[in-house]
Amino acid sequence: MKHRRLLILAGVVGVVALVASLSVVAAGSAKPTAAQHATAMAAPKVPNAAAIRKKYGGQKITFVGDSVGNGHVRDTALAKRFTKDTGIKVSVVPHPSASDASYAQLARAFSSKSSSIDVAMLDVVWPGAFAPYLVNLKPKLGKQSKLHAAGIVANDTINGKLVAMPWFGDYGILYYRTDLLKKYGYSKPPTTWNQLFQMAAKIQAGEQKTNPNFAGFVFQGNAYEGLTCDALEWIASAGGGHMIDGGKATINNAKAATVLDAFRNQVGKTMPRGVTTYQEDQTEHAFDNGDAAFARNWPYQYGIGAGAGSKVAGKFSVTVLPHGASGKSVGTVGGWQLGVSKYSKHKDAAIEFVRYMTSPAVEKFDAITNSNVPTIQSVAKNKAVVAANPYLKPAIADVPRVTRPAKYLKTHYNEASKVIYQGINQILNGTPAKSVLPGVQAKLNQILKQK
Amino acid sequence: MSSVATPAPTGDTTRRRRRRGTKLQRRQTRLAWLLLLPSLLVVAFVAIYPLGKTVYQSFTNQEFLAGITPTKWVGLDNYHQLIHDTIFRDSVVLTLKFTLITVAIEFALGLTIALVVNSKFRGRGVMRAIMLVPWAIPTVVAAKMWLWMLDDTFGVINDLAIRLHLISHSQSWVTQHPLAVVCAVDIWKTTPFVALLLLAGLQVIPEDLYEAAAVDGANKLQQFWRITFPLLRPAILVVLIFRSLDALRVFDVFQVFFGNRLGQQSMAVVAQGTIVQDGHVGYGAALCVAIFLIISLFVVIYVTVVRVGDE
Repeated sequence: MKHRRLLILAGVVGVVALVASLSVVAAGSAKPTAAQHATAMAAPKVPNAAAIRKKYGGQKITFVGDSVGNGHVRDTALAKRFTKDTGIKVSVVPHPSASDASYAQLARAFSSKSSSIDVAMLDVVWPGAFAPYLVNLKPKLGKQSKLHAAGIVANDTINGKLVAMPWFGDYGILYYRTDLLKKYGYSKPPTTWNQLFQMAAKIQAGEQKTNPNFAGFVFQGNAYEGLTCDALEWIASAGGGHMIDGGKATINNAKAATVLDAFRNQVGKTMPRGVTTYQEDQTEHAFDNGDAAFARNWPYQYGIGAGAGSKVAGKFSVTVLPHGASGKSVGTVGGWQLGVSKYSKHKDAAIEFVRYMTSPAVEKFDAITNSNVPTIQSVAKNKAVVAANPYLKPAIADVPRVTRPAKYLKTHYNEASKVIYQGINQILNGTPAKSVLPGVQAKLNQILKQK
Repeated sequence: MSSVATPAPTGDTTRRRRRRGTKLQRRQTRLAWLLLLPSLLVVAFVAIYPLGKTVYQSFTNQEFLAGITPTKWVGLDNYHQLIHDTIFRDSVVLTLKFTLITVAIEFALGLTIALVVNSKFRGRGVMRAIMLVPWAIPTVVAAKMWLWMLDDTFGVINDLAIRLHLISHSQSWVTQHPLAVVCAVDIWKTTPFVALLLLAGLQVIPEDLYEAAAVDGANKLQQFWRITFPLLRPAILVVLIFRSLDALRVFDVFQVFFGNRLGQQSMAVVAQGTIVQDGHVGYGAALCVAIFLIISLFVVIYVTVVRVGDE
């Protein structure tokens, strides 16, 4: 009798816990904008599908793919199509949304020689670190790589080996609300950071009367890789260098300190206090929910903002990022590659998947349905693609690009970037730049010496 | 084992008896060792080997990804670096604060809940089940759930507080009150565990003690201090040891809530970041050894308290 009661008790607890965790999982996947968009255009057919099926049909591969924005929806749609055409089963696993966390995940898999990952998406700053664990794609995909931007192919070629294929590009752009600029008497978007702060303050003061959660400007302020990208844009656009120049850390300089302190002073004013916890998704959410006048993000946000489920569709536009008093607008180079693990049990099938995913047809599909930057020039100039992605117009796309200092750091990039974003996050959280930057600079120089 | 130390035999009969006893004892000792062997091997495999390897690695410059730098012996270099590591020092202080706050509050709340659900009332079984729900949810899931509820743009907590006119606009709880929210989540999550352990302790206290005390005219408060508290002492110590050790090696809540934000990392988060993100296995191992020593210190203190209490 006593035991039965205990069993029932345990059962009730189990069920309640299960329901609770399931509802959390469901809440996590219930993104409002997701599905409708990517299905508007069908995933392209796989070329030579019959030949691939004959050779590799029935094999199973695992693809560690995107998790930001609608990336996972796209990956699943493309994988489904690939499986249907070739008979190669692809299981798509989204990677952690913070790029440094997904670096750690891959590092774990590679260091344990795990065959659980066949194809992985790689940040533009990683090929150097992961080259020893990746298959040389040159023999099979060398020809296709010639279609892609030469600069990115060079980035993905380590010691003469093509260790990854360019998949989509990225650079930071400014999103702004056209309706609100007009409402508050502005004819064009800001060109300097100070202008942006002033405009943001005025619009926020007006909008907060009806929407207490409204903020002037949102960006990626959490302590993670995204903040290194954002801060590089602030510092470089203010003439403060590129954090590391000529193999020496340069981040500790007056211009960098000035722009960083200017940002610090805006946190909690024109930027929400919580911006120091924001990543891409929170930025996109705030802007597309109508809770921000300006946002810094990658191009992928354009498609979501213009799509169904967005509250700002038709009310926003994009332009180059503002610059400091004595600098020029820049955009940090981002972007993702696809690599095949050396420990994969189905390398050839995996390579065929990469061939498909980095083909012109798929890049066009990705650009139109997901507003990602094509790495293939002919696709980037395609009329339908440019129409869907105004940031591809020369005025925005030709902005000088700045690259994160990966080439000086190689395998120590992740560690150095952590030092940078932790320091910048500390500044945004209220510590003056002059008491943070010397320490960051010293640590960076120490890491640079490790090589 | 004590047979070795027995004084010299005094007579024939005792000697014979003793020898027989020794033989039996020896056989029993051998059998005991034999029976213990499997578990000792398991312990050696799952505890001593990894611990030994970590200590060994802490004296090397090993890297996470092979082929970056050849691994070599660096002596005490890692420990020298550790002494000057302000990030780790901050994490130790933060973790100790976290431990002190959470264990104290969890104990107070847990004891109250245990006393309540130990008394007889209708629906006690259901109450005991509901009480355990937070404990049954995986920590990462619970932490993520709370993080979303506390979110400054779409969080339900801000929404409720604004509707109830407690605040005028959304607060960023996680940046403004980091230690408070992380403690609150841990307390929410583990108080049931404390209550459960204390409840088990309460249930073994015989009912007739209270009856006798009542007959002698002791009031409820006296009964609590003179009967419940002393008899609950073993359970209390178990709870405190379990919770303190758990709190000292906290990882998931901090990782989910703060990630890599400086000054908001627990000891385990710093160690994990050093090994997996920075790729420094050697230095990370030194951090792990330091964490191990800090936690051991607590174990020693607690065990001493138990010993002293028993005597």
